[in-house]
Amino acid sequence: MSIKEIQEEIVDEFSMFEDWMQRYEYMIELGKSLPLIEEQYKTDDHIIKGCQSKVWVHAALEEDKLQFTADSDAIITKGIIAILIRTFSNQKPMDIMNADTDFIDEIGLKEHLSPTRANGLVSMIKQLKLYAVAYQTQMN
Amino acid sequence: MFDVNKIRADFPILQRTVNGAPLVYLDNAATSQTPQQVIDVIVKYYSEYNANIHRGVHTLSQEATDAYEQARLKIKEHFNAAKAHEIILTSGTTHSINLVANGFTSLLEAGDEIIVSAMEHHSNIVPWQMLCERTGALLRVIPMNKEGALEMDAYLELLSNKTKLVFCNHVSNALGTINPIKKIIDEAHAVGAAVLVDGAQAAPHIRPDVRALDADFYTISAHKVCGPTGVGMLYGKEQWLQKLPPYQGGGEMISEVTFEKTTYADLPHKFEAGTPNICGGIAFGAGLDYMNAIGFDAIASYEEALLKYATEKLLKIEGLKIYGTTAHKTAVISFNIEGIHPYDIGTILDKLGIAVRTGHHCAQPIMDFFQIPGTVRASFSFYNTKEEVDTLVAGVERAKNMLS
Repeated sequence: MSIKEIQEEIVDEFSMFEDWMQRYEYMIELGKSLPLIEEQYKTDDHIIKGCQSKVWVHAALEEDKLQFTADSDAIITKGIIAILIRTFSNQKPMDIMNADTDFIDEIGLKEHLSPTRANGLVSMIKQLKLYAVAYQTQMN
Repeated sequence: MFDVNKIRADFPILQRTVNGAPLVYLDNAATSQTPQQVIDVIVKYYSEYNANIHRGVHTLSQEATDAYEQARLKIKEHFNAAKAHEIILTSGTTHSINLVANGFTSLLEAGDEIIVSAMEHHSNIVPWQMLCERTGALLRVIPMNKEGALEMDAYLELLSNKTKLVFCNHVSNALGTINPIKKIIDEAHAVGAAVLVDGAQAAPHIRPDVRALDADFYTISAHKVCGPTGVGMLYGKEQWLQKLPPYQGGGEMISEVTFEKTTYADLPHKFEAGTPNICGGIAFGAGLDYMNAIGFDAIASYEEALLKYATEKLLKIEGLKIYGTTAHKTAVISFNIEGIHPYDIGTILDKLGIAVRTGHHCAQPIMDFFQIPGTVRASFSFYNTKEEVDTLVAGVERAKNMLS
């Protein structure tokens, strides 16, 4: 599936919920299925700055696609990074670089998009895209 | 007679909703809300007599100067300073502390010692570290215990004739602990050291008497006492303020300027370079007026009851731990729930319209001491109610159910 298709799928899943509480509960559920980062990568090098909770992300290139793993010490943050990774993992670096993330607004998490928000969703997106840029440069 | 509903009606912001729920504002240690009486003063200033002060011959300038100096007098009265020129109007506590730290650069020598407490806000740690780097002085730290109280025996051992300065907050922002500041000052004076008290978290709850405390310096921010942001006070004993060199150069702080030499203005203008926050200073005075009209005794006893009620109710939640458990504290509750990140709790509470602070509260050494990433901090004011405490407790329980 393309990034766009996965995002549409996520928007579809979230549209079933009537209120924020159900959406948050689902997001927390999604956090539980996050592909976890290996302990050896839980270092300062892999921490995303700008988050009040700790978020670690690792990326690896398999054939021509990126595979992300991550973890967080806060479970709402873990849910957010899980959603992002679901859209970006198993995708080509160039597609990740070019992807938009407007679907975050559509699933009712708009408040997390503010760049001044302490959870750093914007920092997370930036970091995932930076990984894509780095690997794309390597591939060229 | 203390009537919380009547008081709440003075605060327009308390009528608003957040995420569809009535706002429950429990982040008062970060900033207090502003009553209509203070908002009116701000509107009146800009509507009727906005002008630069201390130099105009025209009527508006005179009116603005009078109002600004009147505010200084109110602040002086409130804190019981001996003289109005011992009150320096600054941009806030951080500015005040930096002003003193900068001034002491020329008064310290390598090997001198500065003592700070283990429960300081970053703004009361970093300027002293910078001062130590400039002068070669050494920074010593008063440790604290598990209840969040300072170890006074250790403090007495740290004091010596090398000690030149002691810096301590009157009340801890992260824990609410009220420190034995009078004893800290007396013991420092016994070895000839000066003391700066960071009163930012004390002033909203108690009325500090700088002369009774015998503080050398005392500082607060107006926005913690129903005033606006961007203005605050540095109280300094006259002899200390005369000893310290000016902090910033500019207009207003000079007496005579030639290209060979400038002579500085008298106190307090020596430390008030440039056009000050005129409206802010006037509104600072109005904030104190508002709180004094209610009365600090009434505020203290109301908040004490609220703190007791909130503490008892929160502790009924299984797995909830409160940090800062001394008997002597202000209405601040810093807590965590076992196994749940404070950020998660804060996020859910926000969805419920409840404003709390989460994180390390600019006091990382305290979090390191307790070995936690941060806490959820609910800080109460005299306009909060028992019903709001109930909403908080229900919110925390709901968050806990969602998150565990």
